[in-house]
Amino acid sequence: MADLKNLILDNPDAGVFRVHRSAMTSCEVLQLEQERIFNKSWLYLCHESEVENPGDYRRRNVAGRPLFFIRGSDGKLRVFLNTCTHRGALICRHDQGHADVLQCFYHAWSFNNQGDLVGVPDEAGYPDSFNRAAMGLKPPPRVESYRGFVFVSFNPDVEDLVTYLAGALEYLDLIVDQAEKGMRIIPGSNRYSIKANWKLLVENSLDGYHVRPTHKTYFEYVNSLGINTAGVQTAFSRPALVLGNGHAVEEHDGIRGRPIARWSPLFGEENKEEIAAIRAGLVRKFGEQKARHMADISRNLLVYPNLLIIDSIDITVRVFWPLAPDLMDVTAWQLAPKEEKPELLARRLDNFLTFHGPGGFATPDDVEAIESCQAGYKAEGVEWSELSRGMHREAIAEDELQLRAFWRQWFGNLSGMGKVETNDPVMRQNAALAR
Amino acid sequence: MHDGSAPTLRETVEEFLYQEAALLDAWRLDEWLALFTEDGRYLVPTTDLPDGDPRKDLVFIDDDMVRLHARVERLKSRHGHREYPSSRTRRFISNLRIKVEDGDIVVNSSFLVYRFRLGESSPYIGSYEHRLKRVNGELKIQHRKAVLDLEVLSDHGAVSIIL
Repeated sequence: MADLKNLILDNPDAGVFRVHRSAMTSCEVLQLEQERIFNKSWLYLCHESEVENPGDYRRRNVAGRPLFFIRGSDGKLRVFLNTCTHRGALICRHDQGHADVLQCFYHAWSFNNQGDLVGVPDEAGYPDSFNRAAMGLKPPPRVESYRGFVFVSFNPDVEDLVTYLAGALEYLDLIVDQAEKGMRIIPGSNRYSIKANWKLLVENSLDGYHVRPTHKTYFEYVNSLGINTAGVQTAFSRPALVLGNGHAVEEHDGIRGRPIARWSPLFGEENKEEIAAIRAGLVRKFGEQKARHMADISRNLLVYPNLLIIDSIDITVRVFWPLAPDLMDVTAWQLAPKEEKPELLARRLDNFLTFHGPGGFATPDDVEAIESCQAGYKAEGVEWSELSRGMHREAIAEDELQLRAFWRQWFGNLSGMGKVETNDPVMRQNAALAR
Repeated sequence: MHDGSAPTLRETVEEFLYQEAALLDAWRLDEWLALFTEDGRYLVPTTDLPDGDPRKDLVFIDDDMVRLHARVERLKSRHGHREYPSSRTRRFISNLRIKVEDGDIVVNSSFLVYRFRLGESSPYIGSYEHRLKRVNGELKIQHRKAVLDLEVLSDHGAVSIIL
């Protein structure tokens, strides 16, 4: 692999930003990512709505570690490492379910849904030093949530979640505030693998530049339904935004429509009035300017390192984990307001299917594109990937500033520098002038 | 094929499903589309919710005939990148259970669809539910559901072919 210090060439004066391709192929890099990113950062686990009632639970792997989350009889959501405190067997062996008590099948130790060890067969067989109260299920070192999004960290010293989220907070608010009574995850998830490095999906998810060439067939389909996609030419000319700590957002004009709240033929005549009413409600609540930002603009938000929220013709929540330098697991869900009317929900879900997901008209081509990059790296002769687009100007969504922001923080973590400035210097200067 | 006597319902249905599979394996997709009724539907639920209802749950695919035509156009296009160049496929269908409901023929079967592309092979395994109608003396598909047994699309990355 390339020398760790030289994985990125970042020279704004010369207009150079390159990533060494060993960042996508090296096992040593993956190991460092595990140690210095996935063991240090806040990581997305779940949405609170996924366990609605006391006793509801789900299991999920985070950075390769088996966890489960369960709503206790006291109504509180807790997260546990999925391992018996006795000898290690998995406690939660269903992907989801409901339980007052979880019993380890190996020696029948029982834990209540708040994690307390409540049953040990033949407990008298243990010496006096055995302390049942201290043998409850163990949570990850840190668990915090922000407006329904639950994160864990395996780093006990990590800063609080709100500080970590930095500028991404405002964008999470912009998404959550679209709902009157809170958001929920819709049943059914997309789980698939991609034979590519996980960072290529970060890049792809924030990259406005590929949308028109890669997704030609999608736009042809949308066109055939009566949506004028001529605006796609300019939809991606909005300013690119860097949100600190590696977070970034790519915003574009929501010309294909949005369930909240910009009607287009994709949402059907039956929802025209409803969408107008939702929009009017947002204007009343938040004022015209903020309502416009919420309702008319679409966005792909990266919460560093690996949570993407795509708030567009639907709201996709996507998280992905590396299994090897050239392999990742992806899970995606749909987020929708709890109060959403059935007709609008049906259209939202229908729109998801046209673009997103393994059977959509666009996501499979993204999968193909990044797998193709990974395959191309085997040629080896070309050492660097080029990511300087828009570095000389006030970058727009179609530029690569958001990608550079991710890469700068990634490099900050990997090299041990910690938090770093992730914006292009030209953007920093502008921000300073604006102040 | 037989001794001159009229084919049984089972023979008719088996022959229909085998023909359908042959059209898909040969990428004769326009002919395959012609097997559907005008109100035809093609559904693939997610791996974690096999009974998913597309109106309120997330599914992988829920095509009416407009979208199914668009899907076929996409599969035939050189800009449908996941299937350009096209994969090779081979379908095996077995374990047919046939019942008649309100004059329609409802067929449950098992499928194994192999997909080969770029040096890789990955099977899709699951069950089909076909609801067949007689239209002008010919069998047509009104509803076609493919339920995957896979827990995760681990080797596949997508459902880019028609299952």
